[in-house]
Amino acid sequence: MDILLQKLSTFGNALPGDITQGLIWGVLAIGVFITYKILDFADLTIDGTLGLGGVTAVVLITNGVPVPVAMIIAFLAGCAAGLCTALLNTMLGIPGILAGILTQLALYSVYLDINGKANAPISVDKFPLVISSRYVTAGNELWDILRTVGTALIFVVLIIGALYWFFGTEYGMSIRATGCNTSMSKAEGINTKRTTIITLVLSNGLVGLSGALLSQYQGFADVNMGRGAIVIGLAAVIIGMVLGEVILRKRFNFIGKLTFTALGAIVYFVVLRIVMLIGLSTDNTKLFSALIVAIFLAVPYIQKSSKTSFRKAGKRSAVGAAGAAAVGESDEMQPALSGSVSDSDKKEGE
Amino acid sequence: MLELINLRKAFNPGTINEKKALNGVSIKLDEGDFVTIIGGNGAGKSTTLNAIAGVWPVDEGAIIINGQNVTGLSEHQRAKYIGRVFQDPMTGTAATMEIQENLALAARRGQSRTLRWGITRREKEEYRELLKTLGLGLEDRMTSKVGLLSGGQRQALTLLMATLKKPQILLLDEHTAALDPKTAAKVLQLSDEIIAANHLTAMMVTHNMSNAIEYGNRLIMMNNGQIIYDVKGEEKKNLTVDDLMKKFEEASGTTLNNDRMLLSKKG
Repeated sequence: MDILLQKLSTFGNALPGDITQGLIWGVLAIGVFITYKILDFADLTIDGTLGLGGVTAVVLITNGVPVPVAMIIAFLAGCAAGLCTALLNTMLGIPGILAGILTQLALYSVYLDINGKANAPISVDKFPLVISSRYVTAGNELWDILRTVGTALIFVVLIIGALYWFFGTEYGMSIRATGCNTSMSKAEGINTKRTTIITLVLSNGLVGLSGALLSQYQGFADVNMGRGAIVIGLAAVIIGMVLGEVILRKRFNFIGKLTFTALGAIVYFVVLRIVMLIGLSTDNTKLFSALIVAIFLAVPYIQKSSKTSFRKAGKRSAVGAAGAAAVGESDEMQPALSGSVSDSDKKEGE
Repeated sequence: MLELINLRKAFNPGTINEKKALNGVSIKLDEGDFVTIIGGNGAGKSTTLNAIAGVWPVDEGAIIINGQNVTGLSEHQRAKYIGRVFQDPMTGTAATMEIQENLALAARRGQSRTLRWGITRREKEEYRELLKTLGLGLEDRMTSKVGLLSGGQRQALTLLMATLKKPQILLLDEHTAALDPKTAAKVLQLSDEIIAANHLTAMMVTHNMSNAIEYGNRLIMMNNGQIIYDVKGEEKKNLTVDDLMKKFEEASGTTLNNDRMLLSKKG
């Protein structure tokens, strides 16, 4: 009982931090949403972009660049990474997934070129960072905790607002059309290469910004901070979509989708905390992310195939064929009993 | 209005699968012409329409729309001159977007897409009135996703989209072939009405010879990537399906090989 209480208190103390972390990753998840869900493009660039955004911000801030400027440049660095993938895909004909992997790989080198080594620390004591995990842990003033969570929340809300506006504009609508039906989009005069480029640039910009927030929050950037980011982003998107459909049902509109994507990221980190309190070791968090995504992607497929599968059709046909054969035989052998046989056959059928 | 000059196109050139799809297609359409196109399998009917639409560049020849040479323009650049309805009802609309959003996308064909709001209130009212003319009840489902519509409804909507912004030329590529006969007849009737009402120049590929005779003011027959028969006016009106079969054999030296066309001979 004591252990349970202790764990509950640990959970409670960690909750504001988990929510903040979820919101920061929510910015990344929203970036994943606009490529994966709107453009229908699985963009693996972001594993590299997160670290790029993180290290860009850290290096600039430690060199005296004002924090907001550093974050804008981190956003732009992310945009540039997205542009690389987009050009590889649209201009050089490299399939989307591969184009993303190529840029992602190259970005690890770019990271090391920027920083010279894998780790880039930054201290909230020396620089006016916008967000830090320092102020969100237990023992802080309530105001500091609220301020930290609130800062992350403001970023997410502003981004959702901006994207809601953007995808409602003429250009935003043409991006949605591109993701849905390329032939139709071209026939309606939409330059589908350009819409693809813009979307990837925008998405990676958000991931770069997320990296800038994350490195400030955790107090360092690391060359591996983005490893598996796409999986966490997808987990957030998928959890968000499932929750949104269950909770909002028919009212699950575009702004709801963006909101639930961020919410999905929070849920992911809270659930991760719970399974870690239960006993998952930190070494296994990536295994956990992969499992979550695999399960959530598999569920719709399993649901569908449980309704209609060859195995079940085979079973049904075997029962039917045996029944028909039985009826046929008894008809031949004992014509007088055929009535009762078909009665029993009916019962079996029911 | 539309002029095709000696269009040639080979697919998979230099390989064992080389297919010379267009072998010098030339035709000149006048404003208001409604041309029906028939021909055997692989005759180049859809290929001609795709060449006009700019799905790929032609190997040789020129495509002139309203005096402007569009041969060097890509598909989306040409779109401002061209309205299209495809054979597959899925192709012409965006399934995950609302009916009114699809119309709004089509209304901006050929314009640069700005950061203004994608659909205005005034537009919505216009679309409601337009949808009423279809008589399919779509005016009450403006915010429904197009994916929920039937094939016939989607084709009717695509027709509306293709003509929402008056195209210089309307291309109908067997747009009723995937529909059941009753719906097909309705959509065809609707196409005819829209073409007449807007005084459009149109080309319609069909495998139904009676339709090809009944609709439009001009009929062309294709074989082996060439136009082998071109008839208009009174002479076209007086054609019969048997005439067409005979013409085909005369002009091509073979019998017609379009299975669907033969199946629908009486229809």
